[in-house]
Amino acid sequence: MSPMSPTSEWHTLYQLGVDFLGFSMLAIGGAISTLAEMHRTVVDQHGWMTAGEFAELVALSQAAPGPNILVVTLIGYRVAGLAGAFVATTAMCLPTSIITFAVAGVWQRFRDAPLRIAIEAGLAPMTVGLMLASSYLLVRAADQSIAAYVATAVTALVMLFTRINPLWLIGAGAVAGLAGLI
Amino acid sequence: MTEQGEAAPAGDAAPERHAPTVSELFWGFLSAGVSGFGGVLPFARRMIVEKRRWLTAEEFTDLWSLCQFLPGPNIVNMSIALGLRYRGLPGALAGALGLLGAPFFIMVGVGALYMRFGSVPQVKSVLAGISAVAAGLVLAMAIKMANTPRVRSWMALFAVLAFTAIAIARLPLATVLAVLAPMSIVAAWLRMRSALARTTGDGR
Repeated sequence: MSPMSPTSEWHTLYQLGVDFLGFSMLAIGGAISTLAEMHRTVVDQHGWMTAGEFAELVALSQAAPGPNILVVTLIGYRVAGLAGAFVATTAMCLPTSIITFAVAGVWQRFRDAPLRIAIEAGLAPMTVGLMLASSYLLVRAADQSIAAYVATAVTALVMLFTRINPLWLIGAGAVAGLAGLI
Repeated sequence: MTEQGEAAPAGDAAPERHAPTVSELFWGFLSAGVSGFGGVLPFARRMIVEKRRWLTAEEFTDLWSLCQFLPGPNIVNMSIALGLRYRGLPGALAGALGLLGAPFFIMVGVGALYMRFGSVPQVKSVLAGISAVAAGLVLAMAIKMANTPRVRSWMALFAVLAFTAIAIARLPLATVLAVLAPMSIVAAWLRMRSALARTTGDGR
C-alpha cells in the first residue's frame, strides 16, 4: 500500500464506516445482495481496488469459514489494514443489530399482518434482482476466459441440482486454476 | 427466501425445547460460524433446530423471515434475535460475538496472506480458479431465490427492473430501492387482495 498521511488514513476509515453502514441499511434479504453496490462504491467510485481484486476477495471470503457477510472484513482489510477490517465489520453489523434488538420482540406480534406480508412479498423480487446483479458483476470480473465461464456455469448447475458441499467445488476450482486450466 | 424450514418433519411429537444459557449461545453460534463454508444458514439451522433444539422448525422459519426482513446481515440478526429471546442483552451479545469473533480473525489472516502473496503467479492462478467457482455459487443462490412462488409470477418484472438498474445502468442502490420497492410492495398488496377476493368468492 502507498504510505498514507494520518489524516488521509482517518479519512479512509471514516469513509469505510459511512459506506458500509449504508450497505447494511440497504441489505434487504441478505448482505450478499449488496455486493453489486459494494462493487460500485469500492471499485468504481473510490478506486480502492480493481474489479478483479474485488472478485478475488469475494472468492476468498467464500472459501474461508464464516458468514458470507465477512467479505466486508476482507474488503476493509485490503483498504485500510486491521483498523479497516474492524471498521467495515462493525459498521456492517452493529447498527442493524441494534435495530434487530429493538424491534425483534415487537415485530413478532405482527406476524400475520397483511401489510407485513405485502412488504415481504414486494421485497422478494427486489432481492432477486440485486442478487442477479451481484452475480453478473462477479462473473464479468472473475471470468477472463472461456474455461472460466464454463467453471462458473458448471458450479451453478451443480449447486442447483445436487446437495454437494460447495467447498469441494472451490477446491476443484483451485486445482484447475493452479493447473492453468482456468 | 431460501425456504429450508419447510422440510420440517410433520410429527413434532417431542417439542422438548431447550432454553440455552448465555455460554451455550456463545459456543453454539461459534461452532456454526466456523463450520459454515459458503454460507452459515444450513449449519446454523442444523445446530439450532436439530442438534440443540433451541427452536422448533416452524419457530426457526418464522424468526428467519423476520431477520431477512430487517436490514443487515440475516445470520447476525438471527444470533441477536435468538439470544435476546432467551437471555436478553447478554444473550444477544453472546450470540453475535460467538458467530463473528473467530471468523473475523480468520478473515484478517486470509487478508494478510492475500496482501503478501496475492500477486505470486501460482497464487494468481489459484485465485482465478476459485473466483470463477465463487461467481457460480452466487449465481446459484440468485437462481434459487428467484425460483419461489412469489417471485415466479409477473412480480418477476420488478426483479428484472432492479437487475437492469443496478447491473446495466449502474445506478446507486438507495435510489433504485427508493423508486422500485414501494411500487413492488403496492403490486404485491394488490395481488394479495385479488387472490383473497378470488378465494372468498363474490359473497359480499
